[in-house]
Amino acid sequence: MAFMGDMISPSPLWQNGPSPGAFYNFPGNSNHGPLSHINQDFRAHSAAPITTTTTVIGIKFDKGCVIAADTLGSYGSLARFRDCPRVLKVNDLILLGSGGDYADYQYLRDIIEQKIIDEQCIGDGLQLKPKSLHCWLTRVLYNKRSKMDPLWSNYVVAGIQDGEPFLGAVDKLGTAYEDAAIATGMGAYMATPLLRDVLDKGPLNEESAKALARKCMEVLYYRDARSFPRYQLGVVTAAGVTVEEPTEIGQNWTLAHMIHMK
Amino acid sequence: MAEIEQGTFGLQVKHLTPEPPTLYKSVIPVKHNPSIIIKSKFIITQLSHRDLGWKILHRILKVYIIIRQFVKLSEVNKFRNQYDSDVTVWSPQGRLHQVEYAMEAVKLGSATVGLKSKQFAVLIALKRAVSELSAYQKKIIPIDDHIGISISGLTADARMLSRFMRTECLNYRYSHDAQMPVGRLIALVGNKMQICTQRYDKRPLGVGLLVAGYDDQGPHIYQTCPSANFFDCRAMAIGARSQSARTYLEKHLNTFMDCDLQQLVAHGLRALRDTLPNEVELNTKNVSIAIVGPKTPLRVSDETELARFLSLVEGEERRGGSGSATGDAGPADRATGDDRDPQPAVAMDTE
Amino acid sequence: MLSVNSNFPEYAVPGAKQVRFEPYADNGGSVVAIAGEDYAVIGADTRLSTGFSIYTREQKKLFKLSERTVLGATGCWCDTLTLTRLLQARMQMYEHEHNKAMTTPAVAQMLSTMLYYKRFFPYYVSNILAGLDADGKGCIYSYDPIGHCERSTYRAGGSAGAQLQPLLDNQIGLKNMQNVTEAPVPKEKALALLKDVFISAAERDIYTGDCIYIIIITANGIQEEKFELRKD
Repeated sequence: MAFMGDMISPSPLWQNGPSPGAFYNFPGNSNHGPLSHINQDFRAHSAAPITTTTTVIGIKFDKGCVIAADTLGSYGSLARFRDCPRVLKVNDLILLGSGGDYADYQYLRDIIEQKIIDEQCIGDGLQLKPKSLHCWLTRVLYNKRSKMDPLWSNYVVAGIQDGEPFLGAVDKLGTAYEDAAIATGMGAYMATPLLRDVLDKGPLNEESAKALARKCMEVLYYRDARSFPRYQLGVVTAAGVTVEEPTEIGQNWTLAHMIHMK
Repeated sequence: MAEIEQGTFGLQVKHLTPEPPTLYKSVIPVKHNPSIIIKSKFIITQLSHRDLGWKILHRILKVYIIIRQFVKLSEVNKFRNQYDSDVTVWSPQGRLHQVEYAMEAVKLGSATVGLKSKQFAVLIALKRAVSELSAYQKKIIPIDDHIGISISGLTADARMLSRFMRTECLNYRYSHDAQMPVGRLIALVGNKMQICTQRYDKRPLGVGLLVAGYDDQGPHIYQTCPSANFFDCRAMAIGARSQSARTYLEKHLNTFMDCDLQQLVAHGLRALRDTLPNEVELNTKNVSIAIVGPKTPLRVSDETELARFLSLVEGEERRGGSGSATGDAGPADRATGDDRDPQPAVAMDTE
Repeated sequence: MLSVNSNFPEYAVPGAKQVRFEPYADNGGSVVAIAGEDYAVIGADTRLSTGFSIYTREQKKLFKLSERTVLGATGCWCDTLTLTRLLQARMQMYEHEHNKAMTTPAVAQMLSTMLYYKRFFPYYVSNILAGLDADGKGCIYSYDPIGHCERSTYRAGGSAGAQLQPLLDNQIGLKNMQNVTEAPVPKEKALALLKDVFISAAERDIYTGDCIYIIIITANGIQEEKFELRKD
């Protein structure tokens, strides 16, 4: 891969042994051998994510939505960046969460923020609504995928659409859907069943939705190898959008009795 | 050469605003000094055969430009005003005559009225038939489910504008899954119309629009002018003899907000009727009504609904006399002074 | 160039394979449409899935294009979204230009053209268009992803299409039946059959389930109906 350059095959100096980094799962060298060079389609510009983030959770409750996501930026299997906030207040109506490639998220975040500033400059008092942003993201991501140059990330859009809670997701292809509970990444396998179990019993209020999100973040921290004990929680209601400062998960490893601390 | 002269010309204009226009005359003829043309021809004859190529073409082009300007100026002189040759020429009074002529084109179209209550926005237009043999000309054009326009002036220009507005609405819907806010669409239209008031190779659009729309901020009536101005109105009328309609609207302006739909349309019909000559009456053939409101997508009334609305004002006594014959401009207040440049009686012929 | 796999096979590590970017996804879902003399019914399940996970259990896959035309679309959901948005925009343009709503056969032809326009990077969508034609008769059009279009009176499509079509052939097309007389299918029978067919699809196809969303198109307008399926 391009950015790892000749480190993968530094012929004269490093012979008869594994190339540096070969035992680690870094984004650049996860694929060994000439295959990785053939595999790259000539049209594909960004064929793989580099610094990635994991699950985003979104839950709808009676008067709004919550979004939760941890703050880890992983470099392959390396827990590389520990402070990557990815729950964003877009405006007074929209809360946005993102998972996947962090650079792609930052790129799109800047565009969205500029979009909001442009809108404020018009000064007609109208605000972008969550459904519009959801649709716009779908179009942007679909166009990028159609150019075979995808933005390698998922987005969860939460907000208040004409007084009603809205929760929708878009993935890197532009696949878009709405639901009362959304979890992306590993969370799709581990958090979604938890969320659906609770939601099947009836609608939540703000407190129970927040508690549910915290519970999911805890489960994910124990089970998802790319997760982190610090996470952000954002809430959107008709009263506005708030994004909490990152909070720490209280860890308890006593149940893992094979691990001897100290 | 032409460039240099235009440069000097521009420079002098800058300093000259209050001065009598005689000074210009001393400059303009230089541009069309036949000696220049002769000189160019002379250069051409001087060229050797080898150099004949794009250089010649270049020269011929230059000569052509000079001749064209000469011809153009003589035409303008015939037409009373030397500052209206194209839109980029200012008059010493600080006016753009071409733009003002375009404003006149709006008054040639038949009248149309737009007004709104707290809930509804309504467009009412008077349709004209060009001849006994033709159908009535369409006056109201739907743009999207929540926006419609009523036109006065050059219909062809309106068609171009409506196409633009439709495309913008569709694009907004495609990318944002929502109806385009009316004010933002009007701002785009304003920007589009402004471009052709600032470029010598374009002409201002000869059409005025009344735009009725409904969005999150309620109903809207906007007026746009060929001068690329646009106005957010509570009620407005444009077109031939529309002054009478505006007089009616101004008189009843404070009652509109609390009207229900029937009353609102009735007011609009009365305003429109005031623009008619005494011998003409409103009927289902020559009136067109469009309504938009909450949970009411834009609807151009069919004949039965028209008849129902017309019955609201039927038999009422008409306000005495017809309005001023010219139908003055709307908000564009024109300076009327002695220094006024001569105005053409008809700036554009629509027939 | 030295590489671990070819030159030092004993050092090769089974790391995560980097896959090529795949622009298509299979989001599953089935559609069934049946047309009668004066009606058309179309139903689609509401499960949107990818691989072994379900995105949502309540995704409507029927698009009301006009008062007498409904499109059912399954397959690659991002393509479906884009295609239907474009289709709706094109229909509004038609309406503005011609001052009338598009008829179902006109929509059918336009859809075929729009699909073929992307012949070399197709919309990976299985489309079934149901509606009433200009004479008020029910009509069904079915497509392949690159624009082949065919009019019929009944059709199943999507992830369970291959399982359902033979059943419809037998029950509505009266194929391989003896001593039967052809008769127009009444609306009630079509509706009951549609539900039965989906129940069996949900048993066998993991991409079909949760719920069916049914639209019934008659001259009086459009009616909607919901019917629960198994959710596992």
